[in-house]
Amino acid sequence: MARIGVFVCHCGSNIAGVVDINRTVEAARKMPQVVYAADAKYTCSEAGQSAIRDAIKQHRLNRVVVSACSPRMHENTFRRTVASAGLNPYLMEIANIREHCSWVHGDNKEAATSKAIDLIGMAVAKVTRDEPLTPKRVSMTPRALVIGGGITGIQAALDIANAGHEVVLVEREPSIGGRMSQLDKTFPTLDCSACILTPKMVDLAQHPKITLLTSAEVKSVNGFVGNFEVEIRQKSRLVDHVKCTGCGTCWQKCPENVNSEFDMGMGKRKSIYIPFAQAVPNKPVIDTASCRYIKYLKWAETKEGKKPPECRICEKICPTGAIDWEQPEQILTEKFGAIVVATGFKTFDHSVLGEYGGGRIPDVISGLQLERLMSASGPTGGEVKRPSDGAHPKTVVIVSCVGSRDDRIGRPYCSKICCMYNAKHAIMLKEHDPEIQIYIFYIDVRTGGKDFEEFYRRSQQEAGALWIRGRVSKIHREGKKLIVRGEDSLIGRPVEIPADLVVLATGVEASDGVVGLAQTLNISHDSYNFLVEAHPKLRPVETHTDGVFVAGAAVGPRDIPESVAHGGAAAAKAIGLLSKEELATDPMTAIVDPVKCVSCFACHEVCPFGAPEKETLRDGRTVSVINESKCKGCGLCIVACRPGAINLRGFTSQQVLAEVTSLWR
Amino acid sequence: MAQTPYAYFPGCTLHGTMLEYNASARLVCEAAGVDLRELKDWNCCGAWSAHTTDYMLGLALPARNLQKAEAMQLPMVVPCAVGFSRMKLAMHEMENPAVLSAVNQAIDKPFKNSVVVEPLLKVLASDSLDLEVKKPLQGLKVACYYGCLLVRPQKILKFDDENNPQTMDKLMSRLGAEPVDWDFKTECCGAGMSMPRPDVVNRLSSKILLAARSMGADCIAVACPMCHFNLDFHQREVEAERKEKIQMPALYFTQLMGLALGFSAKKLMLDKHLVDPMPMLKSKGMAA
Repeated sequence: MARIGVFVCHCGSNIAGVVDINRTVEAARKMPQVVYAADAKYTCSEAGQSAIRDAIKQHRLNRVVVSACSPRMHENTFRRTVASAGLNPYLMEIANIREHCSWVHGDNKEAATSKAIDLIGMAVAKVTRDEPLTPKRVSMTPRALVIGGGITGIQAALDIANAGHEVVLVEREPSIGGRMSQLDKTFPTLDCSACILTPKMVDLAQHPKITLLTSAEVKSVNGFVGNFEVEIRQKSRLVDHVKCTGCGTCWQKCPENVNSEFDMGMGKRKSIYIPFAQAVPNKPVIDTASCRYIKYLKWAETKEGKKPPECRICEKICPTGAIDWEQPEQILTEKFGAIVVATGFKTFDHSVLGEYGGGRIPDVISGLQLERLMSASGPTGGEVKRPSDGAHPKTVVIVSCVGSRDDRIGRPYCSKICCMYNAKHAIMLKEHDPEIQIYIFYIDVRTGGKDFEEFYRRSQQEAGALWIRGRVSKIHREGKKLIVRGEDSLIGRPVEIPADLVVLATGVEASDGVVGLAQTLNISHDSYNFLVEAHPKLRPVETHTDGVFVAGAAVGPRDIPESVAHGGAAAAKAIGLLSKEELATDPMTAIVDPVKCVSCFACHEVCPFGAPEKETLRDGRTVSVINESKCKGCGLCIVACRPGAINLRGFTSQQVLAEVTSLWR
Repeated sequence: MAQTPYAYFPGCTLHGTMLEYNASARLVCEAAGVDLRELKDWNCCGAWSAHTTDYMLGLALPARNLQKAEAMQLPMVVPCAVGFSRMKLAMHEMENPAVLSAVNQAIDKPFKNSVVVEPLLKVLASDSLDLEVKKPLQGLKVACYYGCLLVRPQKILKFDDENNPQTMDKLMSRLGAEPVDWDFKTECCGAGMSMPRPDVVNRLSSKILLAARSMGADCIAVACPMCHFNLDFHQREVEAERKEKIQMPALYFTQLMGLALGFSAKKLMLDKHLVDPMPMLKSKGMAA
């Protein structure tokens, strides 16, 4: 015989202001098997919780209904409350009379009260049929996977490894370093980017607890928190990195020049290449799209078109015989307890904005392209020369918010880093050439950050940059000059500035391929493809998939200090998880009645988590069985099961039916 | 040659101040196998005035012409950029069934808003046309000027890129000319400000003329009577203001096409322009 206690919460005036609490408690008292009903101002407060504990003992309650806010808010709180009074925590149900009732029916108190009573009636009907449930314990694989080798991923990997756990870092490019490695200097201190990044890259590569996989991608993810099984695709590099010493002879002699991705098309690289001088690992890969011998091999299959040269120079001159034309792609399978996603960002493709001529007019470049021109290890050796004729620009116009704060092109958000890098570019350009004059068009200057406002002032006072408040409408060529037409909204006039070089401050966009990765990991992304945190304020590095953490600019526009902080935060969460020896799993999972199962395996087809498996019984029948570790309790299989052989613990079909039936009274 | 029929809406200027556009368009269309069947009893497209005066008038005027093309069951071709723009924008408004039914009442004809409308430039630049280039425009540097109404708003007109259109440039290349790479293809020429604010037109068209000159163009090719008026007629005033000769001929793209296809300057009415293109064309050996 159930002895049910019902606790009706006022939630201050949130519920009591709409629902007649006294009437509700009276009605609850008359419900079947309810032996006790009471109200409380705030049930979630310590006083409210101890009232529940006392009532359980005093009235020998063996079932509890809390009639308050959404279970998303306090289900765990009240489960702990009843557990501390000796009840199984799954013998507690919540009737949500706040979000589902008082908040939405404030205009009709009478109906709200009657709905609150109905909701409690349903919870009573359900709790009567609750069974005690016990979480299962699963073991923990104390290793972490970090996806993305930019500054965020590097930080996360180092922090986790320094805490004593093994880490595998997967980076799809041939080198780690990410966007930060492309920068010349960093705001607001003007540290040389490479000087502060490269030591971390080397630390990572040499760390005994870290395995670095470059030119690699995550192919599939199975399993669950504590026990992820991940397939990693190690792409073929055509160079055996065990034999290779990184001597550099091959890329000096390779005859094929192609645009360097690392230099944003401002410079060239070879077909066999390392992306940049400080690359980690400092060993080359062969780009199969441009390699002459690979082209020859493709030609040899069909003999169509002109015969390409059968080059193979790198192979001939390699002193260690490291070139391996047959090197296959490899699939590695690894187990992890936690995953940190730090896939970073790319910059907006400015050729979308035809009025700025980006991608068409050679001397209209992006901020990242300017970084490459200013970098001492860049294609011009650090000399700022304009791409069209190599001249040193004397007048430079910087255009803010290119691909940011622009509804027209579906980029309404602020990219956050551009105002500051514009100030940085102004200061650096002035250092490169004291005679240079810089104009910066802006909508608003946003300098929220430590020492940021001072840095912005420095761009005005030291570098003499003129910040013009207004948008640029058009950039066109007139002879060798670029005419930048815009508005100065402070004087209310259109302005035209003849410039030698125009720098577009292109905004931050989610990386390519992040949507597919999010699907693989079963985490969400927003409409701009940035990854979504479990809570934007209180759970900034967690996701809704347990054990998967997100960090850095993959989540939204972030600068270096923030990315490092988030990388560290994600690492701390991962370390906390990996330090546990065992994990408790949610017991509200599906269960198959083998007697009813007809072996149609429809459940196998609908389950998004791969939880249903097959088991052969002693009578020779093969039936479905649910792997509780993988089951998330979503209920899809229960609907798909034609003989009704599957049930959800804590949410059985009988319970749902009892809830509905209670409404007929 | 097989002729593809089109319902032809010339618009007022091609029967008035811009006879040379009509004449050259008809010549090259015939040579290219484009059969222009002029709408009977066509009317004003509304131009600048109608839609700024009265919403329904701005729709009913183009709709009456569109209905005629629909009844002919032919795609409509429009040489004038203003007319093309009015037709397409009116059709866009009439995608709303309530608006379409009101317009149907106004023109008192059944109209389904189902007609295809193309600018003449698109039809004549089509790769599928068999053009017999008899006198290639070798050595002629052309600044292709599209103006605003042919391409903007891009989402509705769906013709070419609104910043860097290519249709006319490709056509000029096909005729042997050398299109210049410049950034003023769709800049404002001053448009209808020609009468009320000639100073504005002079300022804006001078920028276009000077930009074409700075990029080394021999002439500007246009596809809009309004553009032509502002670049050709106003050039004298621009020259007077700047106290320098510009002498940048503005020619209809159909006239340049006509030259390449072997028609005479006289037939193409090259003598109709205020900035005489003949000295330039003669120096290039393209006209006698």
